[in-house]
Amino acid sequence: MKLSGAQILINSLIKENVKVIFGMPGGSLLPVLDKLYDCKEIKFILNRHEQGAAHAADGYARVTGKVGVCMVTSGPGATNIVTGLATANFDSVPIVAITGQVNTNMIGNDAFQEADLTGITRSVTKHNYLVKDVKDLARIIKEAFHIASTGRPGPVLIDLPKDVTMQECDFKYPKQAKLRSYNPTYVGHPGQIKRAAAMISKSRRPVIYAGGGVIISGAEKELKELAVKNKIPVTTTLTGLGGFPETHPLSLKMLGMHGSVYANYAIMDSDLIIAVGSRFDDRVTGKIDEFAPSAKVIHIDIDPSSISKNVKVDIPIVGDCKKVLIDLNKKMNKKPDTHAWLKQIKGWKQSHPLTYNGDNKLRPQYIIEELNKLTKGKAIISTEVGQNQMWAALFYQHDKPRTFVTSGGLGTMGYGFPAALGAQIGRPKELVFDIAGDGSIQMNIQELATVAEYKIPVKILILNNSCLGMVRQWQELFYDKRYQSTLLKNPDFVKIAEGYGVKGIKVTKKKDVVKALKEAIKTPGPVLVDFHVEGEENVFPMVPAGKAINQMIGGLA
Amino acid sequence: MSDKFKTHIISVLVENRFGVLAHISSLFSARGFNIDSLAVGETEDPSTSRMTIVVTGDDRTLEQVDKQLNRLIDVIRIDDLTKKGFVDRELVLFKIKVSAANLKQVKEVLKKNKAKIFDEKKTILSVEFCGDSSHMQKLFKDISKYKVMEVTRTGKLAIAKEK
Repeated sequence: MKLSGAQILINSLIKENVKVIFGMPGGSLLPVLDKLYDCKEIKFILNRHEQGAAHAADGYARVTGKVGVCMVTSGPGATNIVTGLATANFDSVPIVAITGQVNTNMIGNDAFQEADLTGITRSVTKHNYLVKDVKDLARIIKEAFHIASTGRPGPVLIDLPKDVTMQECDFKYPKQAKLRSYNPTYVGHPGQIKRAAAMISKSRRPVIYAGGGVIISGAEKELKELAVKNKIPVTTTLTGLGGFPETHPLSLKMLGMHGSVYANYAIMDSDLIIAVGSRFDDRVTGKIDEFAPSAKVIHIDIDPSSISKNVKVDIPIVGDCKKVLIDLNKKMNKKPDTHAWLKQIKGWKQSHPLTYNGDNKLRPQYIIEELNKLTKGKAIISTEVGQNQMWAALFYQHDKPRTFVTSGGLGTMGYGFPAALGAQIGRPKELVFDIAGDGSIQMNIQELATVAEYKIPVKILILNNSCLGMVRQWQELFYDKRYQSTLLKNPDFVKIAEGYGVKGIKVTKKKDVVKALKEAIKTPGPVLVDFHVEGEENVFPMVPAGKAINQMIGGLA
Repeated sequence: MSDKFKTHIISVLVENRFGVLAHISSLFSARGFNIDSLAVGETEDPSTSRMTIVVTGDDRTLEQVDKQLNRLIDVIRIDDLTKKGFVDRELVLFKIKVSAANLKQVKEVLKKNKAKIFDEKKTILSVEFCGDSSHMQKLFKDISKYKVMEVTRTGKLAIAKEK
């Protein structure tokens, strides 16, 4: 039987087990929308801005491990998701984005709502397609899901002209994607793994440096085995938070520019760095020439291009983190002697704990700590970008993978709220909080309409310091407090929430924090809490730009 | 890592599909790699094309070029021919302005370099030449004293030597 392109698209998505599409309609999508009208299997969440739809698909993917799907119209609808794709691409999040396109015979003619999306998104997607013939559609969808979810995951865009959705052909969904040019390496080289095991055994000051790859490959159990059996301390990157339980004594928490002092001291003094699914980003290494001068490096990553990109690697192992760690654990015959090393680290932990001013003022760190206590560290936390993100990273205890949703690589303000609503759709039984800043929340605040309409019970906690805090912090420390364009005159967020039909709570005093958090948790629907926190609170410790990561300022006891 | 810049000739087998050339050229610009030349054409199998890319950079850059190209879904195989030993050729077409006084001399220079005149109108000779880099360099050196107009080159093609 012949089916239209629109029907083929929907049937293919059902075959891929897609339950939800985040999106926004438009003229080029009309034939698809009309078929969706009769589709029982897939729910369409109508976001209020395409960027929100892309981030929602991203948040959904990060907490479920499944491919997130978003669908938007041609031209401006499609260009509005570019930031969402770039965010997902940087943090290796599997998304399939379907963009409407003008009719094939109009492409290139400057038609109404036309934009060259395959051209625009080339460098921010893992791969992209322009469908020119309905006969290719099913195969392309199969390939797109396969590419997005395998190897190093990432977003794949399918640009779909309107006439293709109206053409008809026979539908047969391929069982497998056949791509001769795409074969990710999953199993690590046995010889390299053997050498790595020997190098670990001989080390005296090893550190495991775990990134988002641990979470993506589901390697947390294997990572814990490697660390605990061999008594090796573990530090994680921002996107790696939850890959190793921070409540464990071997945890050094996060490293890098705003990492814990002891994580940075440990990595700088180590004689062996075991990098697992991380990529030596500049926010992690600080001044690269002075990074961990006496350390040898074992680097496990599925993406060969991440290895030896920023630092010299002694033992590269290309493969899936989980598979490589299983093999590495088997080869670990002799434990390294880390007794003295762990003692030294314990000393650093005692002399340089993570701390903040515990006076009676309403400080953002206190809010996160109390949230951690109330939720027992079990909630899903999304963040915006800036100070709110760093406080959420540092003062919440991240114990489980796929519970910390943050834009690490691209650092996208406005990400957290739509990502939180996507995460909540993906895991409806969990408590989901967006830890936001007053600057970031305004970048996608229209999604209040979405959470109100679908009764998505995310809790937005605005750490409202009336400024773009992270930039202001830099201006305070390095630009003589010349606050150019960083102080904000904000709206009344409670009224805004109420205008959308969302419950709003305002908190100005420290003593009201716990009560407000409890009320937010108790309330069945979405809630926005506007915390008026200390305006000039800074994120410490901090490594100034261009310094080695053990040259930290602030927050040093 | 060596900071020395080296020139490498890379042969890249790709799917013969819409957008592949754009993917590769945008990768080079996005990652800040410099392409000295790029030549592309269908292979013995019409579903694939082969690109010969000449790129200059230090060892680390060249390693990244290789790895980043490999990440592209449409790239099937990459060979760094510089490591293997290769034969390279480039085709150039150009025009050269002559006068009655130097016509004979120019023709002799061209003949010595095995460049072929394929058209001769009034005072303009149209010439083709195919050769490797060193011959190409010598030809251009020899004709530099004459008035050379409108040069067009294919970019290098290269193929690995049989052992």
